[in-house]
Amino acid sequence: MDTLSQIFNVFNDQFLKMTWLFEGVRRLVEDVFGLSITERVGGSIHFFIYDTIKIFILLSVLIFAISYIQSYFPPERTKKILGGIKGIKGNILGALLGTITPFCSCSSIPIFIGFTSAGLPLGITFSFLISSPLVDLASFLMLMSFFGPKIAGAYVVVGLILAVIGGTIIDKLHLEGYVQSYVREIEDVDADMPPLTAKERISYSKDQVKEIFIRVWLYVLIGVGIGALIHNWIPQSVIENVIGSNNPFAVLLATLIGIPMYADIFGTLPIAEALFAKGVGIGTILAFMMAVTALSLPSIIMLSKVVKPKLLVIFVGIVSVGILIIGYLFNAISYFFI
Amino acid sequence: MVIKILGSGCTNCKKLEENARKAVSEMGIDAVIEKVEDFKDIMAYGVMKTPALVVDEKVKIMGRVASSDEIKKHL
Repeated sequence: MDTLSQIFNVFNDQFLKMTWLFEGVRRLVEDVFGLSITERVGGSIHFFIYDTIKIFILLSVLIFAISYIQSYFPPERTKKILGGIKGIKGNILGALLGTITPFCSCSSIPIFIGFTSAGLPLGITFSFLISSPLVDLASFLMLMSFFGPKIAGAYVVVGLILAVIGGTIIDKLHLEGYVQSYVREIEDVDADMPPLTAKERISYSKDQVKEIFIRVWLYVLIGVGIGALIHNWIPQSVIENVIGSNNPFAVLLATLIGIPMYADIFGTLPIAEALFAKGVGIGTILAFMMAVTALSLPSIIMLSKVVKPKLLVIFVGIVSVGILIIGYLFNAISYFFI
Repeated sequence: MVIKILGSGCTNCKKLEENARKAVSEMGIDAVIEKVEDFKDIMAYGVMKTPALVVDEKVKIMGRVASSDEIKKHL
């Protein structure tokens, strides 16, 4: 066991946390720029350079590896796997498949229509739609890198529970009538495809890295910039009073700010990291990250094209309340994680 | 031969279309390339992730941009 945990620690420190990079950038800032990283200017420059490089390395490596795995689970296949499974089992499977099916908010409409016209229960489709942007392998490994295995594990588990419970509630409310009527008129077709070759999977994975890089680089820089600002320039007392333990509405505030925001885990993590270093509650941080990734204005607008307003409001409501509960719960039991 | 590019005008769809045109011209075959942009029509092929390539009403590639060399194999 000891060797195993040692191997894990080396992997975590060198590959995920990249302690070598931290040291390298520290030398650059201290020896080349002549600034101390314990001081404001040096500290924020260090934070900015280190975090940006770290995120871009992780992003490229992780997206490549994960796209390769995901190429085995296109949504068309997920639809077939989920067909015929009912009840809570379907919700659990839907939430789990959501973590390995490639997803972007632009594909939520065809996925919704495809699942619905294939006769999948509405609750299972929603379990999938909640977990898909919220939890995936990339976010798990990114969280490992920034916060360690305990918090990463907790994020994944509560994210999946939220997806299962959210979907189950929507199922029990029998809201089938609140799907836009044209959705049901679309015929269910299975596209039969020969399996991809390894070469095709590799080229797909490379394309994914390029595409996601182009899509998120700006958000990453903005996120790291805000993170550096929080890390070194905003006084501790301000943070504590606004979203720290001094404000009982901190989780509510973090959730409300996060919901309309359109970013993904890569842009959100540096902000979360800086807040964490300032002593903001882990529940507040989880709530913020979940609100940013699970819900966004563009994804809500997309969904409004396939479901009627009542169902949309219920969906957003369930996810928001779930995130609030998770936030307050984790703040209450945070001693277990820090 | 009728080749259809499925996708609602995203950059990837344009890339796939370009590659398809290149494949057709390099092979010197007689083919019509059409775009299918309405997602109801796209769904009719069972495709949930665009872009996709349809050759004579059969889905050959979906959810990714294939190179012109790969497309040639399907023509």
